Amino acid sequence: MMQNKSTEIIVGLFVAAGLAALFMLAMKVSNLGDFTDEAGYQVTAEFENIGGLKVRAPVTMAGVRVGRVADISLDPVTYNAKVSINMYSQFDTIPLDTSASIYTAGLLGEQYIGLVAGAEEEFLQDGDVIDLTQPALVLEQVIGQFLYSKAEGDE
Amino acid sequence: MPLIKIRDLHFYRGNRAIFDGVNIDIERGKVTAIMGPSGTGKTTLLKLIGGQLRPQKGTIEVDGQDVHKLSRSDLYELRKRMGMLFQSGALLTDINVYDNVAFPLREHTDLPESLIRDLVLMKLQAVGLRNARNLMPSELSGGMARRVALARAVALEPMMIMYDEPFTGQDPISMGTLVNLIHRINDAMGLTSIVVSHDVGETSEIADHIYLLSGGKIIEQGSPEQLKQSSSEWVQQFIQGLPDGPVPFHFAGPDYADDLLQPEENA
Amino acid sequence: MINWIRGLGRWGLGTFERLGRGHLFLMQMMAGVPSLFLRFSLVMQQLFSVGVLSVLIILVSGLFVGMVLGLQGYNTLVDFGAEESLGVLVSLSLVRELGPVVSALLFAGRAGSALTAEVGLMKSTEQLSGMEMMAVDPIRRIIAPRFLAGIISMPLLAAIFSAVGIVGAFLVGHGLLGVDDGAFWSQMQAKTDFYDDIMNGVIKSVVFGFVVTWIALFEGHDAMPTSEGVGRATTRTVVHSAFAILGLDFVLTALMFGDE
Repeated sequence: MMQNKSTEIIVGLFVAAGLAALFMLAMKVSNLGDFTDEAGYQVTAEFENIGGLKVRAPVTMAGVRVGRVADISLDPVTYNAKVSINMYSQFDTIPLDTSASIYTAGLLGEQYIGLVAGAEEEFLQDGDVIDLTQPALVLEQVIGQFLYSKAEGDE
Repeated sequence: MPLIKIRDLHFYRGNRAIFDGVNIDIERGKVTAIMGPSGTGKTTLLKLIGGQLRPQKGTIEVDGQDVHKLSRSDLYELRKRMGMLFQSGALLTDINVYDNVAFPLREHTDLPESLIRDLVLMKLQAVGLRNARNLMPSELSGGMARRVALARAVALEPMMIMYDEPFTGQDPISMGTLVNLIHRINDAMGLTSIVVSHDVGETSEIADHIYLLSGGKIIEQGSPEQLKQSSSEWVQQFIQGLPDGPVPFHFAGPDYADDLLQPEENA
Repeated sequence: MINWIRGLGRWGLGTFERLGRGHLFLMQMMAGVPSLFLRFSLVMQQLFSVGVLSVLIILVSGLFVGMVLGLQGYNTLVDFGAEESLGVLVSLSLVRELGPVVSALLFAGRAGSALTAEVGLMKSTEQLSGMEMMAVDPIRRIIAPRFLAGIISMPLLAAIFSAVGIVGAFLVGHGLLGVDDGAFWSQMQAKTDFYDDIMNGVIKSVVFGFVVTWIALFEGHDAMPTSEGVGRATTRTVVHSAFAILGLDFVLTALMFGDE
C-alpha cells in the first residue's frame, strides 16, 4: 500500500509537470495570453491597400499596442479594404481625427497599423470610423514610381 | 451424470488433426488422468474445456453447459468455478506470492482486506508456503511456483481443477509433495480433478481413471490396474516406457541402408 | 516466377490478416477502457511505468534539441539580420513538429518497446492465459490500462519536451549568443498561435500516443510466445511505430496546416 501511495504521488507530479508545460506553452509561448484582454470598443478604417495585413495584427500608437485587427473585408462599393479594429478599453481618449497607416516591422517583418493622434477634442467611440488613412507601401509600386521619376528626370 | 462430457471432439491445427473424434467422461469427485506422448494435444484439451479454444466439431459439456455455446459473460461465470494449474504456474511476475493468491479474490469478490488475508493465509497454509508469502515469483523454485499456483487455483473454491503436466521437471521430493497435495486437495474439497501428464508412475498413483490419447484418438481407458493388464502392445510400451515398439525409435523416412548408399542431392 | 508471385500473395494475405486482427484488438481494448474509470488505480500504475519513466529521456532530449535549434537557427537567421526571430523559429518548430514527433519516437523506443516486451513475456509465460482461466479478461485487466496510460502520457510528454526545448533555446540564444530576451519572447508570442500551433501539436501527440501504444500492445499480444518471438515483436514495435508516426505526421500536418 505504501508503494501505491508513492506511485500516486509521482504520477501526480508527472501529470502536473505536463500540464504546467502545456500552460507555459499557452501563456508564455503563444498569443493566448493576449486573448484575455478585456473586450474594448470597435472602430473601422478603410484603406486603399492593406498589403499583407492579417487579422490579429497589432494596432499601435507611438509604438504602444492599443488594439488588434479584428476583421478584414472588402467594401463592395468603394472596393477598399475595410478593417475593423478592436481597441483596448483603457485607451478611450484617442482623438476622433486620428490617422491610421499600415507599416512593416523591419524589412521582412509583419505588418501592423500605426495610429497618429489628431487634435480633436472628441474621442473615438464604438462604431466610429477613422477617415484619415494611408495605404500600405507596396514595394513594387515604390520601385515603379522611383524608376518612372528617374526616367522623367533624365529627359 | 459426469461433470464433463466430451462427445465426438474434432480439433485441427492447420491440416493436422489434434483430436479426431474423442469421447471422454469425467466423473465428479474423481481424479481423471489424460495421458499420452508429448504433442498429442493434452494441453489443447484443457484449453478446449476452458473455452479458450473452439473445436471444429463436437461438444464439450461442463456441469451440463455446452462450453462453446455460452455467452461471454456466462463463460466467465463458468470459469470462476474452474481452476487451472498451468505447467509454468503462470503466476503474475510483478506481484508477490500473497498478492498472486489474493488476485482472484480481489478481482471477483468485494471481500474486505482482512477477510482476504485470512483466506489467502489459509490457502497458502494448505500448500505449505504461508511463510513464503512475501517472496516474488522469480524467487520460487518450479515446484514452489506450482504450489502457489495451486493455492491460487483453489482460492475461489472451484468445483474442478485442471492440472497441466504438474510433475514435469520436478525433483523427487517436490514431485512427491505435489502428488500428495493433489490427492489431499481433491479429497478435502470434494473437487473433480483432471490431470494431464505423461508421468506414468505418479499419475497412476493418484488417478481413479485414465484415458490414453494418441494420434487424436482414445487408445485405451480404465483404472490404472486395468491399463497395466491391457493387451495392447502400444499401451504396454507407453506404460513401461520401452524405447522401441509400436511407436518406432526412428523417425519415419527412407531406410538407413538406402540413405547411406544414396549421395545427398544438395551436397 | 510463380513462386515469387505466390510469395507476394501470401505476404499480402498475411498483412491483411494481421491488420484485421489489429483492428479487432483495438475494438476490444476500447471496449475495456470505460470500466477503467471505476478502477483508476490500474491506470495509475501504468501512468507510472509508461509516463513517469519516460520523463528523463524526454527532458534530456528536449533540452538538447532546443539548444541545437537555438544554435543552428541563430546562425541562419543572423545572415538576414533576423536573429530576433529566433524565438519564433524555435517555438514553431518545436510545438508544431519536433515536440510531438521526436517525443513520440522516443516514447516508442522507451515505453513502446517495454510494453511489447512486458505483454509478450506475460503471454509466453502463460500469465495472460492463466488470467483468462481465472475468469479475468486480460484485455481489460492488463491491456486497456496500458492503452489509456499511453494516450494520457504522450501529450504530457510532448508538452514537456517542447517547453524544455524552448527553455534550452532561450538559454543558448540569450545566454550564449546574446539575442535580446524581450524580442525572443515577444516575437514568439506574436507568431505562435494557441489554437493553430499548440493545440494542433497536442492533437498530433494524442494521435501518436494512441497509435504507438496500440502498435506496442498489439505486437506484444500477438507475439510468438517464445523469447525469440518477443524479441522480434519488440523490434517490430519500434520500427512500425516510427513509420506510423512519420507517415501520420505528414497526413496530420497536411490536414491541419495545409490550408494556410
